[in-house]
Amino acid sequence: MAGYIAHRLLWSIPTLIVITIATFVIIQLPPGDYVTAYIAELVETGEVIDAETAAHIRHEFGLDRPMYEQFLTWIGGILLHGDFGLSLDWKLPVSELIWDRIGLTLMISVLSLLMTWAIAIPIGVYSATRQYSFFDHLFTVLGFLGRGIPDFLLALVLMWMGFLYFNFHVGGLFSPEFENAPWSIAKFVDLLSHLWVPVLVLSTGGAAGLLRIMRANMLEELGKPYVETAYAQGLSERQVVWRYPVRVALNPFISTVGWALPALISGDVITAVVLNLPTTGPLLLRSLQNQDMYLAGGFILILSVFTIIGTLLSDILLVLTDPRIRHS
Amino acid sequence: MQDETILEINDLNICFEMREGTVNAVNGVTFSVKPGEVLGIVGESGSGKSLSARSIMNLLPRNATVTNGSVKFRKNDGEVVDILAEKRESRKMRELRGGHIGMIFQEPMTALSPVHSIGKQIMTTLNLHTDLSKKAQVERAADLLAMVQMPKPMEMLKKYPHQLSGGMRQRAMIAMALSCNPSLLLADEPTTALDVTTEAQILDLIMSLQDELNMAVIFITHNFGVVAEIADRVSVMYLGNAVETASVDDIFYHPKHPYTRALLQSIPRLDGQKRRRLQTIEGMVPDPFNLPTGCVFHTRCAEKMAGKCTSQIPELTHFENDQMARCHLHQA
Repeated sequence: MAGYIAHRLLWSIPTLIVITIATFVIIQLPPGDYVTAYIAELVETGEVIDAETAAHIRHEFGLDRPMYEQFLTWIGGILLHGDFGLSLDWKLPVSELIWDRIGLTLMISVLSLLMTWAIAIPIGVYSATRQYSFFDHLFTVLGFLGRGIPDFLLALVLMWMGFLYFNFHVGGLFSPEFENAPWSIAKFVDLLSHLWVPVLVLSTGGAAGLLRIMRANMLEELGKPYVETAYAQGLSERQVVWRYPVRVALNPFISTVGWALPALISGDVITAVVLNLPTTGPLLLRSLQNQDMYLAGGFILILSVFTIIGTLLSDILLVLTDPRIRHS
Repeated sequence: MQDETILEINDLNICFEMREGTVNAVNGVTFSVKPGEVLGIVGESGSGKSLSARSIMNLLPRNATVTNGSVKFRKNDGEVVDILAEKRESRKMRELRGGHIGMIFQEPMTALSPVHSIGKQIMTTLNLHTDLSKKAQVERAADLLAMVQMPKPMEMLKKYPHQLSGGMRQRAMIAMALSCNPSLLLADEPTTALDVTTEAQILDLIMSLQDELNMAVIFITHNFGVVAEIADRVSVMYLGNAVETASVDDIFYHPKHPYTRALLQSIPRLDGQKRRRLQTIEGMVPDPFNLPTGCVFHTRCAEKMAGKCTSQIPELTHFENDQMARCHLHQA
């Protein structure tokens, strides 16, 4: 087991090197750079910058140097000093920008992930054990609806309804008066009253898809002979269902739980933009639009590290839960 | 219920309502089992033998309906349980399953849980039906594995089904079914999925355990050779009917039903005349959605009597030595 983990960790090093290089190249691939995007923005407001000034800014940011030199400076800073560079757009250190938002992002993501599972697993099990019953059909319809309605549309509808009928302040995670206030009980309550919309929106789509998978897995497992054996041992239906088939049917979930880790950070960008959430998703989107390469690069580096750790974690979990994998 | 029997199935009828129509899978099956007796049930696929066994456990498929008949089981303490009158999930039913009636299945590959160790699965049964301590359960489980002649029982407890061979899995399955000393063991084609060498070993094992524990066994198979080896009495099934039930000697030497006779003649024999073609039964098994009228076997019967067999369902005729057959040939 320890050897297996060490082996996997060792292999993740070349993977990470390749990913960082690819990331850096891809961010630079579109024509122009941050300065071009910056000038275009200024032109819109009526300001004009001459070529000399542009070249000066480029030199300042080191954008006139060859790509490999820029890459080495960037990656060297990260490895040697833990310095992710400066966001060209925000004029702030990248790490500060990301860490600022990561707490709330994690909270929303973890909550909606737990909510997704809390909805999907019991309903999936119920639908499979009572196949073709009234509620199974009902959940099927709801499931397809939840899957079919885009998250951002649901977000818009909920915001509109909240505003119209409940007089909520919608969008964002805090009311204006708490936006910059220090943490207090009142601020926390305010946060909770805002939190349910994004959590609901983010969990419905996922839960709808997941419950179909759970139902299909369960139906397959329930037909297997070992279920009959379990009944013949004298177990009750509830014991049989939850001890045996559910455990086997959860395997595909466990093998994909690793993907949830990077998704926690990148989140549902469109929904976050619509709901004006102070999470990392919109920040990543904006950095890509503006060719804010150090911020974007930093993000993608963190996401890849999370992906690798997540995959490793789910592989380990799977080995722990399924003896068939452990011994082969 | 007669005093000396442990199990009585009387005129059992089971049907499936399906989109294509109704399938009458079991039609008036009647048989009984005495304590310590081995009853072999022989029949081809779809003859209703497995379904009859599952009705004893009250574990019929959910789309199956019992339209008539009863299944009665006598517990060790003398209490008679009317199994089909119980709810599938009732406490009494769950107490019978695994506690008083053990069952072993055809596919040892898939009939054990893939995610629990052998020991854990045996201890689940012990936990449900006994009040042994954890430590005593482990010891009992190891004893059981030793009883089914598995090597190194203590180590075997920790093994998972995929780590064992088919024969070993079936031994574990038997250990599990016998863990609470059931008075009746249902064996649903337990050796069909095994190779012949392993089959012989498993049959020997079941025989010796049956002798040792003095339990009744219902052994379902489609192999007459197996029946001859282990059964005291035999019930022959065809299309949901128990067409003939008799002691193993009477079945082989004095078969009363034409189907039994035809089956016996279609078994290749080592001592038979050489250069003779093996006899076969004419025709095919009829479509279950569209059963023949009268005697279900008349479409393939060599001794069919025109008029009578095609229109009237034969009654059960009783002969001496508890032999019974459903055939017009023996009715006045």
